Order: sequence, then structure tokens, then C-alpha cells
Amino acid sequence: MKILVAVKRVVDYNVKIRVKPDGTGVDLANVKMSMNPFDEIAVEEAIRLKEKGVATEIVAVSIGPAQAQEQLRTALAMGADRAILVKVEGVTEPLTVAKILKGVVEAESPDLVILGKQAIDDDANQTGQMLAALTKRPQGTFASKIELKDGRAEVTREVDGGLQTISLSLPAIVTTDLRLNEPRYASLPNIMKAKKKPLEEKTAADFGVDPAPRLEVVKTSEPPKRQAGVKVASVDELIGKLKNEAGVI
Amino acid sequence: MSLKPKDAPDLGRFEWEDPFRFEAQLSEDEIMLRDGARAYAQDRLQPRATAAFREEATDPAIFREMGEMGLLGPTIPEEYGGLGASYVAYGLIAREVERVDSGYRSMMSVQSSLVMYPIYAYGSEEQRRKYLPGLSRGELIGCFGLTEPDAGSDPAGMRTTARRTASGYVLDGTKTWISNAPIADVFVVWAKSEAHGGKIRGFVIEKGAKGLSAPKIEGKLSLRASITGQIVMDGVEVGEEALLPNVEGLKGPFGCLNRARYGISWGVMGAAEFCFHAARQYGLDRQQFGRPLAQTQLFQLRLADMLTHIAMGLQASLRVGRLLDEANAAPEMISIVKRNNCGKALDIARRARDMHGGNGIAEEYQVIRHMVNLETVNTYEGTHDVHALILGRAVTGLQAFF
Repeated sequence: MKILVAVKRVVDYNVKIRVKPDGTGVDLANVKMSMNPFDEIAVEEAIRLKEKGVATEIVAVSIGPAQAQEQLRTALAMGADRAILVKVEGVTEPLTVAKILKGVVEAESPDLVILGKQAIDDDANQTGQMLAALTKRPQGTFASKIELKDGRAEVTREVDGGLQTISLSLPAIVTTDLRLNEPRYASLPNIMKAKKKPLEEKTAADFGVDPAPRLEVVKTSEPPKRQAGVKVASVDELIGKLKNEAGVI
Repeated sequence: MSLKPKDAPDLGRFEWEDPFRFEAQLSEDEIMLRDGARAYAQDRLQPRATAAFREEATDPAIFREMGEMGLLGPTIPEEYGGLGASYVAYGLIAREVERVDSGYRSMMSVQSSLVMYPIYAYGSEEQRRKYLPGLSRGELIGCFGLTEPDAGSDPAGMRTTARRTASGYVLDGTKTWISNAPIADVFVVWAKSEAHGGKIRGFVIEKGAKGLSAPKIEGKLSLRASITGQIVMDGVEVGEEALLPNVEGLKGPFGCLNRARYGISWGVMGAAEFCFHAARQYGLDRQQFGRPLAQTQLFQLRLADMLTHIAMGLQASLRVGRLLDEANAAPEMISIVKRNNCGKALDIARRARDMHGGNGIAEEYQVIRHMVNLETVNTYEGTHDVHALILGRAVTGLQAFF
């Protein structure tokens, strides 16, 4: 069976992001970029399914700038077999990405598509769901466990009340939650070998998609600075403040 | 006509963590290899470093882990188990490992530059096939015997001899300060060979050879995570196939040492960066006299010095690495970076220790471990002063060693 994993190039999770002075977005100049951590979990899950003998081929796809091939190389070094880069400059909105992924799904016919539940840059949490709708495939979002058997995917989902297990017919779309697995590091020999694995380049036009943004960003601003706390002299004063100022009791 | 970008009055923004945009000078491969080494070093080595130093415990399993990660012999071609990576990549790996502990970097450098490199560069095809794959996987541990009790900075004064026998050679002598020796499987040893006119030749000896022992040197107060010993050879008989056929004279060991010293110049910058970052964070967190220590002029002066020395040291090592990759480097260049970067790193570690106040002597803050480690690194593989003599000779044409 073939698995398609989608990976996004995002600002590294360790970077303290800065808002551009004119408020049009986040400053990306000389900022370390990495693979979206939820997508790393998606790649890892696909590799584990291949190691179990369930999957036979893993295709990694990224939609983004030319430099997104770095993240695809990481996916290849971790264990994906080949990669597709769909070049789109500038902001990639979830609907654009879902439409392009639909095109990739039609071209590749994977039995399973695994995506991160959201990207840590815009935190939209929409692409997987939109892709499922566009391709009319069943979806299992926020997966903390995936088991494939008898042509179906059993997906355990992290929901507010606990865990929900659903059974999806294949082909299906799954999005990963944090506890699905712990991604491996690519070893250095695998990083070198990844250079020889195929990486195909495409454009949005190849899939008949216009990547122009449909949403307008009105303003980007820093979160408010945390205010200094106060010391209270007694429990009574604390209760008074919680009642009258904070209004929580 | 509008101003060209280079002439615009506003310059770019400064990043204190990467003052000269070092990152932009690396290839995508180099960054990926560096990040892989960093992930391993931070996740697997860092949690063990404090205890390994305290207990003076060298875990041989680390060689196998490093082998699995591909950190051993990265410049060796893939067909022998290496990565075929650049010398710049090798340096970047050393920096990431030594950011954790100079002892771990020493274990790796010896295996890569002092054992795998001579077998690759001077060995026969049989020797390469026999040893390199196991060494690259860390299943075999290697050590390098050059220094002797009475031959340190003057290796030509070595007393170890190799005498010809009917079927090979018999070796006699003692090597000391040998990293990895007590746990080594493969010993690359240099000896004066009577059969070769008294010239220095290299031999590969295997653990278990009769007359070979490798006692541990006890009581080291530096590099305690990396085991050190002697190599004692009391009539060790080896076959003809133990001789490294393709090199003769001191250039044999120096070919290895040049590469190891180059790697050290990168490694110590990793240790220095750790100390710099730790001192900065401590200065921001620690409040005295109603303000952070980092808001005092003396503290900032020291941080500015650290930033400057690290930025310049990394640039210099990168330049030498690029020249090595172009086969256009000279040993004196390596003396410059080995000497400068070790000396600066040691200064930075001592300063960082001081800036941590009393806390600086506690293992928890780690700076004193780096500080005492760097005392060794400043001394081994050519002391700070011996590299000055190498450079002095290059400048004047006059040797002043003796």
C-alpha cells in the first residue's frame, strides 16, 4: 500500500518569532525553518507502517517555496521513498493546499494520506479536513493511534472527553496528534542517501489551482506583555481580589 | 538614480547567536548533518555527561551509538562505511559533540582522525576492508599510540621499536596518554623500524596480542568521560600484514594529527559557545544589587569578548575546512586555528566559570566541567606553545624547537 505524507516548512519551534514592524506578518528574514513538528509525526508513522510491512511506498509532498525541498530531504532522510515539491511562493492557505493535495492524491492514488493536525505557524487545523471533503474520503483527525487491518484503518482520536476509536474504509485521510509517536532522527548516512532519492518539482498550475490568497490579513501583532504580579498580605486579601478584581469566585 | 542596496543607510539586523550569518555559509547538506549530530548530542549525550564526568565512567556503548548515527569517520568514503562528507561537515559534527563534553568529542576524534584516517590513507586494501566498516559502526574501538613517557612534544624521540622477524615484526615500547586504549580493539601504533633504516612506521595491532596490555591511567581531573591509558608492548609479535604500507616517517602520524587538530578547532568552539550561552543566561537571571548581573558593564564586556572570539574562531575554522576540502590547506593553517581556538575557548570557559560566581563550581551549571576539560584540549595534539613554534618557524624560517 502507498502512503502520502504532507509536510510543511515552518518557522522552527525554538525560534522566538518577531512581528514585522508594519504588522503585515511575521519576520522570516534569517529565521531558522524546519519541518512542522506534527508533520514529522506523520512521516514517522508512515515509516513505522512500512517497517511493519503494512506500507510499501511512502511519498512525501510539500507545498511551499523552493527551499521547502530541505524539509522534503529531511522526510527522505527519515525514510520516505520519494518526494514531490509543489512550488508556491508566499502564503499558502489551507484551502489552496487542500486543492493541490487533492490533485496529488488523484495523480498518486495513495491508500492513506497522513498529515499533521495543524501547522505551528498559522495553527489553522483545516487542511486535512478540507482534503477529506474535496476527495470525498473518510477522515480520522487528531490520531493518537493508527492500526491498519482488513482494508480498514482503525484510528484512535484524542477528543475532549477521552479517546474515541473509529474505523475508516480505505483510502482515507488521517491527521496526527502529538502522542501518536516520537519521531526518529535521521542518521547521517541516511541524510547522505536521501540526496539520491527522487524529488520531483511541480507547480500549482500543474494541478489547475490558483494559489492566490483568498483571505486578507488585516493585522498581525505581538501578544500583550505579561504584567507583573502582586503580593498579597493575607488569605482574606487574596479572596477579596479573586472575588472583586478577577471575578473568578 | 536610487541607491543600490549595499549603499542604503540602513544595515541588516544583528543576531547575537549568529553574528556573521555563519549559517548562510553552509550548504544544505552540511546543515542537515550538523542538525542530525546536534539532535543526537543533545538528546542522548547531554543527559549522561554530568554523571559520566563525576563517576569517571566511559560507556563503550557510545561508540556503537555514534556509529549508528554515522558520526565515526564521516570523511571516509561510503564503501568503507563512512559518509564521504566534507571536512566542514566533520568540523560541524565535532562542534556539536563538544558542546556537550570534550571527552565525548575526543572519543570520536580519535576513532575518526587517528584510527580510521591512517588505515584509510596509509593502509592496504585488505586493512581497509578488515577494519574500517567495524570502526565506522563503532563495533570496533580504536586508539592511536604516538606519545611516550619521554617523547611528548618531540615525537621523533620515541623509543618504541619494531624489529624484523621471520614472519613479521616484534614491537617493544610504551605509549602513554592514549585515549580509548583500555577499551580498544584496534591499536594504531607508531614505532622506529630497524628494518626500515630506523624510520617511523605505523602498525595495526589487535587486542589480545601476546605481550600487549593497556592499563588505565587513574586520577585524571579532566576529560573524565573519556578513558585514557597506556599501551605497553612487551615483545608483541605481529605479522607482515600489520604494517601500514603506504607511509614512512613522522608525516604518517602528522597526517592524522592535522585532521584531528582541525576537528578540535571546531570542537572547542562548541564548548565555548555552551559556556558563553550559559554565562549570558545566568547573567540575565541572576539579580544582585537590584538588577540583573547582565546589566553591568563588566559582565557585558566579558560577553562581548566571548561573542567576538567565537565568531572569529568559527570563521577561521570554516575557512581552513573549505581549503582542506579543496586540497589546498597547509599544516600551519591548522596550527593557527587549533592554537587560537583552544586558547580562546579555555579563556571563555574560565570567564564563564567566574561569571557564575559560587554556582560556577557546581557540576549542575556545567561550566567548570568544560573549563577543566579544555585544559586538556589546549595541551593535547600540540600544546598552545608548540603550535606557536610551528608558526614562528613558518614566519622566520628558523626552527626554535631545540
